[in-house]
Amino acid sequence: MYIPCQACKKQPATVHMTDISPAGEKKERHLCDACAQEEGVMPKAQSNVPINEILTGLMVQKTVIQQLADLTCPHCKLSFVEFRNSGLLGCAHDYDAFEKALVPLIERAHEGASHHIGKVPRRLGTSLSAENDLIRLRKELLRAVDDEQYETAARLRDRIRTLEH
Amino acid sequence: MTVNELAKRPGAWLRGDGPMAEIVMSSRVRLARNVAGYPFFSKATDAQRSELAVRMRTDLVAAGEGHWDYLEMASIEDLDQQVLVERHLISRQHADIRGSRGIAVSDNEDVSIMVNEEDHLRIQVLRSGLQLDEIWSEVSRIDDRIEGRIEYAFHPRYGYLTACPTNVGTGIRISVMLHLPGLKLTGEIERVFRAAKDMRLAVRGLFGEGTEATGDFFQISNQVTLGRTEEEIIDGFKNMVVPKIIDYEHRARRTLLADRLTALDDRVYRSFGILKHARTISSEETMLHLSHLRLGIHLDRIRDVDLRTVNELFLLTQPAHLQKIHGARMSGEQRSVARAEIIRRRLAGT
Repeated sequence: MYIPCQACKKQPATVHMTDISPAGEKKERHLCDACAQEEGVMPKAQSNVPINEILTGLMVQKTVIQQLADLTCPHCKLSFVEFRNSGLLGCAHDYDAFEKALVPLIERAHEGASHHIGKVPRRLGTSLSAENDLIRLRKELLRAVDDEQYETAARLRDRIRTLEH
Repeated sequence: MTVNELAKRPGAWLRGDGPMAEIVMSSRVRLARNVAGYPFFSKATDAQRSELAVRMRTDLVAAGEGHWDYLEMASIEDLDQQVLVERHLISRQHADIRGSRGIAVSDNEDVSIMVNEEDHLRIQVLRSGLQLDEIWSEVSRIDDRIEGRIEYAFHPRYGYLTACPTNVGTGIRISVMLHLPGLKLTGEIERVFRAAKDMRLAVRGLFGEGTEATGDFFQISNQVTLGRTEEEIIDGFKNMVVPKIIDYEHRARRTLLADRLTALDDRVYRSFGILKHARTISSEETMLHLSHLRLGIHLDRIRDVDLRTVNELFLLTQPAHLQKIHGARMSGEQRSVARAEIIRRRLAGT
């Protein structure tokens, strides 16, 4: 079915969206790639990256790895190389000392996650819990949109707005 | 409480009650926690490990409100430590590490807290059957009580900090021990393993990490501990993973009853015969035949033995338990004779 872009009215629409107002009213929108990118609802396409840029990127990465290998925690004196060999960290400060190298490892081990959203010690009070709730709600929102559960998505979006303010 | 007293009675998780006990032997939830201000176990000095163990002893006894005993591992001989491993109260690793370690254990053995394992504290609740919600609320309550006395190492972004980054965040490890003889006999078990692995779950043998998934018993546990709430992780297990496997196993058992009754009965009664009459039997052979017996009881092929007796035999025929009951160290050969004897006696109801 041919649907023209609602913005430029020239190109065929390739991006189809359903906006839901706080009152729960649904509004469909159809845009072409260029107009969708213009409105910021779709990320700009990657232009062809020259091969030498990719290579430089790789070399930079290699330098970073070299720098990481030299890292040592100022508190427990564990080096990053020791951690790589044993798989065990030496103290709580290592999470900050090795942050750059640890985050990709943590994300790989936990299906892309790098933020805790579970239980929080009571002594840390409620502000951290609220922060965690926000992260959790945003994740649920994405899932609801993926599952086309638009009413749930609208409800989640409103709760996120309330928490954000 | 002494290890001698423990060794002579069955663990609470072997009662054979609790929902789905015919397939789910036991459920366990474990939390990994570290104490703020101390290096993690592997980097702590002997003095720091001892200091921590002394502090934990006082704090855990207080947090136990009179229901927990604290055992100093240094004062427990090797065989007794193996008894604790076989009862799933401590890990093999905890028994193997030298130096200052301890364990707090509740009267009925469903709660155990290892001190100075890979993390400073490993808090676990273990029960018979599928009871993940109940176990989670209990383990979380215990966690709160301990947190009232001890400041945990916690990071606003990464959550509860653990020695191994694969446990960070919630520090939660959920395990269910499944008895799947039906799927093993119909040859569908590999498919279940592949599905579990696709869901980022670990499949191990009866005694956890480092043990092969052999025989008909499998322990399935989560690997992702970060980016989800504890309840989400438990819900995934309770609503998706475990019911599906239970359903497959039930179907396999129904197929065996409907299409392969003679073959099924042959297995069950041969195993029953061997267990009732053998004069020497290895640990591995025992596991196999007890598994068939357990299946026969659930499918109503065998009526004069109960699930609890079979469950208890899984534990009492383990090497360290046999030696404790016998009251002496035994060679492998002597154990096989003693094992056959205890099985014969129990199955005869004496």
